[in-house]
Amino acid sequence: MKKKLNGNSILLLITVILFVVMYAAGCIVYADKGFTHLQTFLNILINNAGLICITAGMTCVMLTGGIDISVGSVVAMDCMFLAVGMEHWGMKSPVLMLLVLVIGVVFGIVQGFCIAYLDIQPFIVTMAGMFFARGMTAVICTDQVSIVSDAFFVKLSNMKLNIPFNIGAYENKKGILQVPYVRITVVIALLVVLLIFLMLKYTKFGRSIYAVGGNSQSATLMGLDVRKTKMKTYVLASFLASVGGICYCLNTMCGTTTQATGLEMDAISSAVIGGTLLTGGVGNVGGSLVGVLINGTISTLVKSHGKLVSSWANIVTAILLCFFIVLQAILSKIKESKKA
Amino acid sequence: MNKIKKITKMQLFLPIFSMLLVMLVNVIYDLVSGNAPFGFFSISTQVTSSGNTILYGRLIDILNRGSEVAILAIGMTLVVSASAGTDISVGSVMSLSGGMCCMLLAGYGVTNVSEYARPLWVGIGAGILVAVVCGLFNGFLVAYLNIQPMVATLILWSAGRAIGLLLCNSAIVYVRVPSFQFFGSYVGFLPTPILIAAICVLIMALLLKFTALGTFVQSVGINKKAARISGFNSAKIILMCYAICGLCAGIAGITATSRIYSADTNNIGLNMELDAILAVALGGNSLGGGKFNLAGSIIGAYTIQAITTTLYALGVSSAQAPVFKAIVVILIVVIQAEPVREYFKKLSAKKAAAKEA
Repeated sequence: MKKKLNGNSILLLITVILFVVMYAAGCIVYADKGFTHLQTFLNILINNAGLICITAGMTCVMLTGGIDISVGSVVAMDCMFLAVGMEHWGMKSPVLMLLVLVIGVVFGIVQGFCIAYLDIQPFIVTMAGMFFARGMTAVICTDQVSIVSDAFFVKLSNMKLNIPFNIGAYENKKGILQVPYVRITVVIALLVVLLIFLMLKYTKFGRSIYAVGGNSQSATLMGLDVRKTKMKTYVLASFLASVGGICYCLNTMCGTTTQATGLEMDAISSAVIGGTLLTGGVGNVGGSLVGVLINGTISTLVKSHGKLVSSWANIVTAILLCFFIVLQAILSKIKESKKA
Repeated sequence: MNKIKKITKMQLFLPIFSMLLVMLVNVIYDLVSGNAPFGFFSISTQVTSSGNTILYGRLIDILNRGSEVAILAIGMTLVVSASAGTDISVGSVMSLSGGMCCMLLAGYGVTNVSEYARPLWVGIGAGILVAVVCGLFNGFLVAYLNIQPMVATLILWSAGRAIGLLLCNSAIVYVRVPSFQFFGSYVGFLPTPILIAAICVLIMALLLKFTALGTFVQSVGINKKAARISGFNSAKIILMCYAICGLCAGIAGITATSRIYSADTNNIGLNMELDAILAVALGGNSLGGGKFNLAGSIIGAYTIQAITTTLYALGVSSAQAPVFKAIVVILIVVIQAEPVREYFKKLSAKKAAAKEA
C-alpha cells in the first residue's frame, strides 16, 4: 500500500466518504422511517438501475473527451418501442428486447461515424440524436402505453431476488419476516458496471480509451486507431443506453413521450461527481456508480423529509456538483503548480 | 464558375442557403396543396378583438416566435467564441428570471393577480439582475477556475429551474396586467418580441462595429495564452461574455414570460439552450471557439424557427417535429464537415483533371 494517493484517487475517496456520511446522516435522522433497513439502500439501486447502465456508457464516452446527450431520449424511444411492440403489435418481449439492443447499436454506429470519421462535434451530433430519438418516440405512439399483456415481461418486472441467508431481514409491525430483495434490473446494472470496469482495466480497447482521452495526438503516434476507438465508444454508449432503456422500462412498465427527460444530465452529473473529467483521460466507472448512488440518496433523503418540494433534490445535487467541480479545479491547479 | 465558387465560400453562404431551402419547401408545399404559391411570404394586416391592427403572416410569425432564440443566440455566440464551450444553463436561467419577475410582481405565494404588488420595473429589473448574476457565476467558474464550460453551466442547468420553481412556490404565477403583457404582445402593429430582438441585435452589432469587443473575444477564443501575453485580460473577457449571455437569457426569459403573462417555470425556456447552440452552429460558427459571425447566428436562429413553423404547416405534430429537425441538423452539419468538404474538393479536382486530359 505504498502507492501514493494522487489527486484523482483523492477525489474518488472524497466521493465515497461523502456517500457514506450522507447515508449515515440519513440513517440517524430518519431512523424511524426505515432508513436503516437494507431495503432502503436496495431501493436506491432498483430505482436507478437504468441510470447506472447509462452512466457506465457515459463514463466511457467522457473518458475519450466526448459527450453523448442522446441517451435519455434513446431510453424514452426504447420504452415506447417495447410498450407499443407488446401491446399494439403483439410481438413477444424477448424479440423486442433483442431489437431494442440492435437499434441501440445502429444508433451508436451512425452517431459514432459522424463524430469519429466526419469530425463533427459530439455535442451537436448527439443533440441531433436526442431530437431524433425523442421525435421517434412520438412517431411510434403519442399516448401513454402501459405494458400488461406480455406475461414474460411482467414476470421479469415483478421478479424478486431475495438476498441469501436473510441478511438484513427484519420483522415488520405485523410480525411478518421481510426479506430484502433486488430486482433483475439491479443484477443487470451491476453486471454492466463490473464488465465495463474489467474492460477499462484489462483490455486493449479499454486502455486505448484512456490513451485517446489523455492525448489523442500521442495516441495516434503510438499507433492507436483513434477514430476507430472513438466510434466504438459511442456504439458502446448507445448499446448501454438501450440496456438501460430495458431496465428503465422494467421499472416503469410503460412508454410515454416525456419519459426520462434530463436523464442524460443525471448521467453526466453522476459521472462528474464520481471523478470523471469531461476533458477525458481521467475517471473510473466505479466512481460513477457511487455518483449515481449519491444522486439516489439525495432524492431519497428529500422524499423521507416529506415536506420538502422535489425541486430541492435538484438544488442539493447542483450544490454537490458545484462542490466537486471546484474541488477538481483546485486539485488540478495544485498539480500544475507542483509541476512548475 | 468562379463566381459560384466565390459565393459558396462566403461565410454566410450556409445559413442563408439553408434559410432559402426552408422557404423553397414552403413554396412547393403551397403549390402542391393548391394555395397561393407565395402564401409563405404574404404579410397582411388583421384587426384583433381589441380593435388593434396588427401584422399577420407566416414570416411575421417566424420572426415573432424566433425572437427568444435569436436573443439567446447573441450571448451564446460570444460564449462559444471566447471559451470554446457552450452555456447549457440559458434555458433554466430564462425560467428563473421569469419566475423571479412574476414572484415579485405578484407577491410570494400568490398565484393569480390583476394588480402589481410592486412596480413593474422592480420585477423586470430583478429578473434580469438574477440572470446576470447567473451569468457571472458561470463566467467565474469558467474563467477563473478553468472548468470546462459545459460542466460549469451544468450546475445552473440543474439548479436554475429548481430555484425558479421554489420562488413560485411550485405553482404557475399569473400576472394579468396589460402593461406586463406588453412585452409579449404588440407595439402598434408590430409584435414586441421582434422589436426587442431587433434592439438587442442592433446594440450588439454596434458594439462589435465601434468597439474592439469582437477582436478581444476572438483573440481570446483563438488562443487564450497568446491573448494574455499580448496584454488582454483573458479571464475578464470570458467573464464578461458569460455575463452578456446571462443578460440575454434574462431578456429572453422576461419576453417568454410576458408572452404567456405567467411564470410557467416548468416549461419556459425548456430545451431552448439546445436551439440557441444549434443556431450558433447553423450560422457557420465553429463550436471550437475563435472566429465568430453574429449575423450567421441570428439567421441560424430564425432558420430553426422557420423549420419548426414549416413542419407545423405541413401538419407534423409538435411532438414529432424533432425527428425532422434532427435530420435537417445532421444534413447541414455533415455538409459543413471538413472531411466531406475535402472529399467533394477531390471529386471536383478529379473531374477537372479528366476534362483537361
